[in-house]
Amino acid sequence: MPQIFRRRSNSVARASILGVVLLLGVGGWTLDAIWWSPHVTRVNVPIEQPVPFSHEHHYTGLGIDCRYCHTSVEKSSTAGIPPTYTCMTCHSQLYTDAPLLEPVRRSLITDTPLRWNKVNSVPDFVYFNHSIHVNKGIGCSTCHGPVNKMPLTWKANTLYMKWCLECHRNPAQFIRPREEVFNMGWLPPADQLAKGGELVEQYHVNTRQLTDCSMCHR
Amino acid sequence: MKQSFRLTLGCGLALLLTSGCRREMYEQPKDKPQSASDFFPDGAGSRPLVSNTIARGHLNQDEQFYTGKKGTNLIENIPIPVTRQLLERGRERYDIFCSVCHARTGDGNGMIPQRGFPQPNTFHRDSLRQAPAGHFYDVITHGHGVMYSYAQRVEPEDRWAITAYIRALQLSHDATLAEVPPSERARLEGGRP
Ligand code: HEC
Ligand code: HEC
Ligand code: HEC
Ligand code: HEC
Ligand code: HEC
Ligand code: HEC
Repeated sequence: MPQIFRRRSNSVARASILGVVLLLGVGGWTLDAIWWSPHVTRVNVPIEQPVPFSHEHHYTGLGIDCRYCHTSVEKSSTAGIPPTYTCMTCHSQLYTDAPLLEPVRRSLITDTPLRWNKVNSVPDFVYFNHSIHVNKGIGCSTCHGPVNKMPLTWKANTLYMKWCLECHRNPAQFIRPREEVFNMGWLPPADQLAKGGELVEQYHVNTRQLTDCSMCHR
Repeated sequence: MKQSFRLTLGCGLALLLTSGCRREMYEQPKDKPQSASDFFPDGAGSRPLVSNTIARGHLNQDEQFYTGKKGTNLIENIPIPVTRQLLERGRERYDIFCSVCHARTGDGNGMIPQRGFPQPNTFHRDSLRQAPAGHFYDVITHGHGVMYSYAQRVEPEDRWAITAYIRALQLSHDATLAEVPPSERARLEGGRP
């Protein structure tokens, strides 16, 4: 009976093992890259809105405080998107015939809310609460990025569980004095860990339970 | 051999059926604040107050505190104790809600009037210095001319805090050096704010 496998087959076999390993590696890497790309996470992708509302213009240009529009952020679980009435406190007099603002005016006249597209959201099985974060010294920009530079709003972080936990394991990395929560230009000082540690003490941050599953899944 | 293969395949396929649809837990049949709803005819998840009812904690019996009026007359003074804390709160709320138009100093030349909004009167004119405290509360609650109401954005206690702070702005606007406590005078005379 003639030989089925030639001597050469040994090297072919070895090469193909290497090939499979490489294929898995490259394939895995590609999948990972896609999984974490903006395509899937929607991070840094500006979201189209019915009215091209610009935080850059209204906050940085005009100096309107976040709480003028997001009124409930300090006292409730949601920050709240402002009602049409809030826009019209100024736009009843300003840009009154700009076509850009037509949907806003129509919304007020017909008494139907504007439908803004959601930028940040967590799944329904996750419990999130703004007021506790804001009152314990976590700033808007830590989670939402440079909103003051956004002509159209985008999401600055994945909001995945991994991301929440990165902070919940050690909030001292990100915590800041309460007065700075609304300061979009705040930068952590060189000794953030030490300063942060003091603030964690001072604000009685409940670090023992922050990574309990029932904290966020209730 | 062949049979056990079929059995394994069958079990494998059956197992797939037990995995739920991902969306079930991600999008539960519940409404969060401000979410859209296909259940209610107006399409909004947040419900308006049922007519002829009062929300818990909103009985608002104290007429002077909640309307700034006694009968039909505006009340002269702020109906709660004016403390340092109230003033600080007032400053914070004033800077958030009023300063864009009335300016931090109260002279009415804020950023929005600079962009073409009608300019409000300065708070430092006699008619407003002598106006009863209830006037400010009333304007915040119901608006005034082209100024819209702030009732949805500023709670009653904060409206009094803002009123107290406007009074402080009015007082300090025309204060003389003699009225400044001696301990602070040195800082002013040194030319530093
Ligand atoms: C003049 C009103 C106004 C002010 C001031 C304002 N916002 Fe907004 N904000 C809006 C409106 C309207 C939207 C919805 C449209 C959008 O997403 O851009 C929004 C959306 C957002 C969102 C995304 C919401 C989502 O769908 O997930 C974030 C985050 C946000 N604002 C943060 C801030 C921060 C931080 C500040 C202060 C630096 C601020 N906003 C100041 C009106 C305002
Ligand atoms: C406190 C006053 C104020 C409020 C509240 C306000 N705006 Fe404006 N808005 C302005 C001014 C002033 C301008 C003109 C900006 C300029 O001239 O630089 C403007 C400009 C705009 C423009 C024109 C495009 C641009 O960015 O210049 C749009 C669109 C707009 N606003 C949408 C909104 C919407 C939507 C809301 C409600 C969430 C809102 N605004 C609330 C003051 C306001
Ligand atoms: C700890 C991180 C964190 C901080 C700090 C934070 N946010 Fe958010 N924000 C979120 C998450 C997560 C969501 C999505 C919530 C959801 O889907 O229910 C969100 C949603 C929002 C929305 C959309 C509407 C809503 O209420 O869900 C607005 C507006 C907003 N944030 C504004 C702010 C402002 C203004 C501040 C600063 C005072 C702030 N946020 C601070 C994490 C944060
Ligand atoms: C930058 C830091 C940071 C990030 C990011 C963060 N948190 Fe927190 N979170 C805190 C701190 C600090 C507290 C306050 C703990 C305390 O003292 O009770 C807190 C508290 C909470 C609480 C407790 C609320 C209560 O009522 O007791 C929940 C729930 C929560 N976070 C959910 C989340 C979720 C969900 C995310 C991700 C979407 C998230 N957090 C991201 C810092 C953070
Ligand atoms: C700080 C808040 C927080 C804590 C604590 C937390 N989670 Fe989560 N978890 C989240 C968020 C946010 C998501 C949603 C991520 C996403 O957008 O898919 C999530 C998603 C999940 C999912 C679904 C994952 C998926 O990809 O579909 C599971 C399962 C889960 N968590 C289990 C747990 C368990 C078990 C624990 C305790 C060890 C835990 N979580 C603790 C915030 C938290
Ligand atoms: C969008 C700009 C704007 C904002 C913000 C605003 N106001 Fe006004 N306000 C005006 C204008 C304009 C007038 C003059 C109205 C008129 O005479 O038609 C006015 C009038 C007033 C008056 C009446 C003055 C008089 O002559 O009797 C008071 C009091 C007042 N505002 C207080 C406030 C307080 C307190 C806030 C914050 C909660 C506030 N305003 C926020 C624009 C604004």
